[in-house]
Amino acid sequence: MKNLWDIFKKGVIVENPIFVLALSLCPALAVTASAITALTMGLSVMFVITANNVVVSLTRKLVNPKVRVPVYITSIATIVTLVQLLLQAFAPELYKALGIYLALIVVFAIILARAEVFASKNSVIPSFFDGLGMGTGFTLALLLIGCIRELLGAGSIFGIPVIGDWYDPALIMILPAGGFILIGYLVGGFKMLTEYMEKVEAKKGDA
Amino acid sequence: MVDTTMNDKIFNVSMSPHIRDNESISKIMWTVIIALTPAALFGAFNFGYRVLMVLLIGMGSAVLFEYLTQKIRKKAITIRDGSACLTGLLLAMCLPPTIPFYMPAVGSFIAIVIAKHAMGGLGFNIFNPAHIGRAALMISWPVAMTTWSKMTTGVDVVSTATPLNILKQQGYQKLIETFGSAPDMYQALFLGTRNGSIGETSTVLLLLGGCFLIYKKYINWQVPVVMVGTVGILTWVFGPAGLFTGDPLFHMMAGGLIIGAFFMATDMVTIPITIKGQVIFALGAGILTVLIRLKGGYPEGVCYSILLMNSITPLIDRFVQPVRFGLRGEAK
Repeated sequence: MKNLWDIFKKGVIVENPIFVLALSLCPALAVTASAITALTMGLSVMFVITANNVVVSLTRKLVNPKVRVPVYITSIATIVTLVQLLLQAFAPELYKALGIYLALIVVFAIILARAEVFASKNSVIPSFFDGLGMGTGFTLALLLIGCIRELLGAGSIFGIPVIGDWYDPALIMILPAGGFILIGYLVGGFKMLTEYMEKVEAKKGDA
Repeated sequence: MVDTTMNDKIFNVSMSPHIRDNESISKIMWTVIIALTPAALFGAFNFGYRVLMVLLIGMGSAVLFEYLTQKIRKKAITIRDGSACLTGLLLAMCLPPTIPFYMPAVGSFIAIVIAKHAMGGLGFNIFNPAHIGRAALMISWPVAMTTWSKMTTGVDVVSTATPLNILKQQGYQKLIETFGSAPDMYQALFLGTRNGSIGETSTVLLLLGGCFLIYKKYINWQVPVVMVGTVGILTWVFGPAGLFTGDPLFHMMAGGLIIGAFFMATDMVTIPITIKGQVIFALGAGILTVLIRLKGGYPEGVCYSILLMNSITPLIDRFVQPVRFGLRGEAK
């Protein structure tokens, strides 16, 4: 169990898809202008990555390595279509807000990367937890970016105004430029955090 | 083994530059600030004393952010060299006089922390920090950045729009009417008794400051001359009523062209190194300014054109690289 928890934890912090691996930055910019779209995108990706990891892991011995990438893509596309149809049916507003980026989950680097790096070499249960961890890390990162951008760019979080009328929202934050700047500083901050954690770990090791 | 201790003293091998003179960063920066002061003070005279507060907030917050960033980055504190002060002053001079007091501070934050120190500090920034600050404010608060005030001078101008705004929205005829007659318009533009950003209005004072810097050899005369000349020629050729019907004098003196050409497009850090490269830079900035003014959505394009040219400065530098002594053209 300890091992599985480590696999899960790795995706959230040490190998956070956005802040450390810097994979799938496109959705991190494009759909994080508000917290709700960021959260939906994060959860959708979490579902796709976990399900795909399970499928890839299950079929890893049946697939000839030469054709593995087309097989991954087919599997991802199937799952994404499922998510798309579900969102379209139960949350049409969000489906509209996410637009093309929902379909683009198929080509998100992080999903293919986890299939290639982890799921194709490990059994089903670790692969499941790897997908869950990576998905959680991705969701948390997107949620953080979305909250900050919505707070500064529109004065609200999840559409609820939290700063008073005195605040004149800085539109740059909900435009791509603000997203780029914010992600840059968050990556820097995350780097400082992980370095600090490593220092603490090293001290523990010494003592 | 060869004894090198003697040679070390004779041949002092060091990093370039090998030829140094008496100039220092702080001397240049403070001189530029002095060159800008008359035009800035004219802004206060033109728009009222509120403007002085905007200028002071711009400079003060820029220095403060410089101090804090250098403290955090654990670098030597260099707020005395005047570079942050100059950035704050240039930024504030490019803002409208009615701007809320917190915006120059936000602009200074973006200019100093993001555009300058995130890129590595003085000498490493790709873009002109003051213009990045202005562009970010323009995107963030478009309404506040395009609201112009009534002036305390300029009795014949009652409108609260800038000359370029009037030109964009109501046409050239209306522009002349606003000022009374064409000579009146040129006079207002030359002296600076017209609407616009705080420090951009007075052509004559900016020219004086610019010529002072050229005389001190802090800037090359080629850059402002080529940039203003390009704008003049192109606006004359592509006039409103067909070829060669434009009003180059108006376009050369309106908007932020003079302050941009003399004080922004000559920033030592963000423009090409060689004269040839700088001329290409100025030419490109002039063409882009005219394109934005005549065809674009914004009435004024000096800020964006200089930023765009900043972004291709490394390319220009590579293109005009001088051939090393002793090598033929092909053997680069």
